[in-house]
Amino acid sequence: MKIIKNIGLLIFMLGLFIFTLSTFLGEFTPTKDIIKQSLSEQQYENIGIQVEGALGNKTYLSPIPISSTFAKIYNSANNELKAKQQWDKVMWDSPQVAVFQLIKSSSTGIYMHYEWLIFLLTFGLSILGSLMYILPDVILLGSPGIKNNKIFQSSATNRGWIGWVSFVYLVLFYIILYFFPALLTNQILIVNPISMAISGNASSQWFLYGFIYCTIMSVMAVRMFIKYRHSNYQLLRTGTVLFFQIAFAFLIPEILMRFNLPYMDFKNAWPLDYDFFFEWNINGLIASGNIGLFMFVWGVIFSLLIIPTFTYFYGKRWYCSWVCGCGGLAETLGDPYRQLSDKSEKAWKIERYLIHSVLVLAIIMTGATLYTYFTGSSQFIGISTYDIQKSYGFLIGAVFSGIIGTGFYPILGNRVWCRFGCPLAAYMGLIQRFKSRFRITTNGGQCISCGNCSTYCEMGIDVRWYAQRGQNIVRSSCVGCGVCSSVCPRGVLNLENKEENGRFGKPTDLDDNGLIISNT
Amino acid sequence: MKHIAIIGNGISGITAARNIRKSSNHKITIISAETEYFFSRTALMYIYMGHLKFEHTKPYEDHFWKKNKLELKKGLVKDIDFTKNRLYFDGGNVLDYDELILATGSKPNKFGWPGQDLTGVQGFYSYQDLEKVEAYSKNIRHAVIVGGGLIGVEMAEMFISRNISVTLLVREKSFWNIVLPEQESALINKHIRSHHVDLRLETELKEITDDGNGRVKSITTTTGEEILCNFVGLTVGVHPNISFLKSTPIEMNKGILVNEYLETNLPNVYAIGDCAEHRLPPKGRKAIEQVWYTGKIMGEVVAQTICNNKTSYRPGIWFNSAKFFDIEYQTYGFVNATRSEDEDEIYWEHQGGMKCVHIIFSKTQHTIMGINTFGIRMRHEVFDKWLRETKTIEFVLRNLKEANFDPEFFTRHEEEIINVFNAKFPDNGIVATMKKIN
Ligand SMILES: Cc1cc2nc3c(=O)[nH]c(=O)nc-3n(C[C@H](O)[C@H](O)[C@H](O)COP(=O)(O)OP(=O)(O)OC[C@H]3O[C@@H](n4cnc5c(N)ncnc54)[C@H](O)[C@@H]3O)c2cc1C
Ligand code: SF4
Repeated sequence: MKIIKNIGLLIFMLGLFIFTLSTFLGEFTPTKDIIKQSLSEQQYENIGIQVEGALGNKTYLSPIPISSTFAKIYNSANNELKAKQQWDKVMWDSPQVAVFQLIKSSSTGIYMHYEWLIFLLTFGLSILGSLMYILPDVILLGSPGIKNNKIFQSSATNRGWIGWVSFVYLVLFYIILYFFPALLTNQILIVNPISMAISGNASSQWFLYGFIYCTIMSVMAVRMFIKYRHSNYQLLRTGTVLFFQIAFAFLIPEILMRFNLPYMDFKNAWPLDYDFFFEWNINGLIASGNIGLFMFVWGVIFSLLIIPTFTYFYGKRWYCSWVCGCGGLAETLGDPYRQLSDKSEKAWKIERYLIHSVLVLAIIMTGATLYTYFTGSSQFIGISTYDIQKSYGFLIGAVFSGIIGTGFYPILGNRVWCRFGCPLAAYMGLIQRFKSRFRITTNGGQCISCGNCSTYCEMGIDVRWYAQRGQNIVRSSCVGCGVCSSVCPRGVLNLENKEENGRFGKPTDLDDNGLIISNT
Repeated sequence: MKHIAIIGNGISGITAARNIRKSSNHKITIISAETEYFFSRTALMYIYMGHLKFEHTKPYEDHFWKKNKLELKKGLVKDIDFTKNRLYFDGGNVLDYDELILATGSKPNKFGWPGQDLTGVQGFYSYQDLEKVEAYSKNIRHAVIVGGGLIGVEMAEMFISRNISVTLLVREKSFWNIVLPEQESALINKHIRSHHVDLRLETELKEITDDGNGRVKSITTTTGEEILCNFVGLTVGVHPNISFLKSTPIEMNKGILVNEYLETNLPNVYAIGDCAEHRLPPKGRKAIEQVWYTGKIMGEVVAQTICNNKTSYRPGIWFNSAKFFDIEYQTYGFVNATRSEDEDEIYWEHQGGMKCVHIIFSKTQHTIMGINTFGIRMRHEVFDKWLRETKTIEFVLRNLKEANFDPEFFTRHEEEIINVFNAKFPDNGIVATMKKIN
């Protein structure tokens, strides 16, 4: 069994290695035609000749030299234009994005012709390897129950060198994905046939990302199913969140595109879906007729009515750990890292400042967007709406939710984004804290202050602080993953939806009859 | 403002300190020779198994103590002069107090076995014990654990988690059957064995053999069998940690004797937690109870008394909980190992052998006396109330759903349990109320 696991690990590493190596491989011949077709009119006018001169009809064995040569030409042309103050000619895209189509179209090597073979060597090997690593646990872990053995003794889950290497890898991946997609050209080509089959469109970096996301979640969900097989709550929750990711976040939007309908993730909600009210989105939806209108109305109702109502009845867990894609990744890929979240009071303070600031920012940005939409003025209290949107998208949308939110899993725990950044979580958190039937009930005097609950709380809630005084846990950040209840060795914690009255509970107390246990 | 010294920074001493601070401005010094900060002894096993690190076992952050003006002093008290109100520390320091709380906890028992002080022979109580267990179990293959109690199983689980094989010697016919009824005890025997522990019932330790270098090589049982091992865990109970008080005028039996206000025979000296022995234990309670929550309650009670609100110790209805590998155990009220004349019972066991419920009630009145549950969580609040109000078994079964504390979507077994009752008492068969629980 152990041997199967180890071989699995090797196979996984091999698959990941080939996947990573793909950035440096391939065969690319940018012909003049391709250059002309891949560049926008403006770009071609500005730098077409130079690019043709530098790259035309040569063959490259990696996308990197193409993108760096291109960037040089692009930047110097831009600098010149700016110096001459020819603002209408300046190219505003980043060169890395501008070159992407060019590199993709000029690929001629194995990545163009043997996609399936390479798919098997990358995705195939990684999936096979991880399953070989995960499945033997059915037997190795013994009878169902909490198996957290060696978590703090293993380098991968205790910020050891494996943790740090994973951290660097993940962060680099996100930086490349957001800012240097051209470097992922080969990987994008690998999933091209799948994209063609689903949406009829060529794959983009976002299709690649969605596909990786679903794959990782599926594989790691298998791990969850084995690890928590004694808990129906965990099994159902994991199954549901996986379903919503694959069906709602991945397949349905792609299929919509096949029918020339606007891309829409029906379970995404403003303000997490921060560009929902952006002009291009509203106009795009309205332009698609009745179905687009329905999508728009659904988006508004979902965000402003369904979200608060469900949160009132079930707490924000119905979304954060049963539906949301970010939560889905955190609860599958991120589960091995949940114990790394900071439980200190200080971290709690930082959390409240940060997450509520993001919520305020999201509201201001949306306000500016709508103001611009209705008044037509491009400025909102003296600042360009476009700039606000752009900075939010960069800082919150890319850096915070992606690079920090997921990249930092192995260091800060698996809910960095959900805890410190997600404006939707902040919004639902306010409802959960002040008007909700949800709470975690504490079981009288049974707590032995062991600390398992706090340690395994991915949101960094010091659950024990409440449990040991016999008080219920009502915290805005709780995503209701239920793991505190699972890991508690004394059966102290239970997630419940009950009437609002007395939901905070009273601490256990002494009176004339001795210890009084009362939770209502 | 008085100076209150507390010897012991375990759950009882710390609870006393926190509660005195809540209602007074007294100067408080908490003394311990074990660790600088309060930690949860109950979680020691999880550190060894890698579920937690030591810092996770500290229920309060390190800045808590200063913020609450609770002075922490690390040091071993060697002697006390009760006439001068003075503590003498190892190393020569002294500390004067106005009032003293003794919360010194327990020490593991050793019964004078030959070889019991060899290297690699360990009790399991303190942080230092954990360090030694860690050091002596490095790269070993086999461990023998002596004693069939809660700590013995914990230690077995610890070693199994590190792939060290375990032989568990138990004096009784069945695991922990001085406390557990035979059905539960049998269920746990099976479960322990399913984790590949070599469980030896009715087997006692005779001696421990030296490997020639002062380290354990093997043990011999009373039946003469020799078992090779690199480690011996002694988990045959604990006794109050009071030997340093022997030559003082404080009255002691097994523990420090206290009255219902937790006062010792000396003025302004109190004893709480594991080290206290009640002269007149509350009804149905033992004179010495070495459990977490009673230490906590005693800490709360003594704080009241010290802050001029004289309060007696009334721990209420007995309850407790533990975990045997993957099976959680809870108990409320009294479930004795054997049935007396006037007790009746119903026992339900799930076919998987990982869950059971055992309810004891009065034969004549049908009022419930206690319940054991394994693999099913019950609501403390509800059973506390039902036991106080001496509800009947029929009432309890009808409303059993209300007492269930398992997480959502877990399989429920109330009907099966009721069926056991109905089979036993076909004349007054009952049906569960479908009352919605809120
Ligand atoms: C491994 C283990 C698991 C357990 N699990 C459970 C459980 O699940 N549930 C449960 O209810 N109970 C459990 N217990 C029992 C429970 O931990 C004890 O009942 C409880 O900790 C006793 O608390 P206390 O404050 O009385 O004493 P302690 O926690 O023992 O604290 C006493 C402190 O005083 C210090 N001290 C003593 N003498 C001196 C001196 N002369 N000078 C300076 N310092 C001194 C000691 O070093 C120690 O730090 C467990 C015990 C162990 C060992
Ligand atoms: S609630 Fe459970 S897990 Fe948390 S400290 Fe108490 S006993 Fe431990």
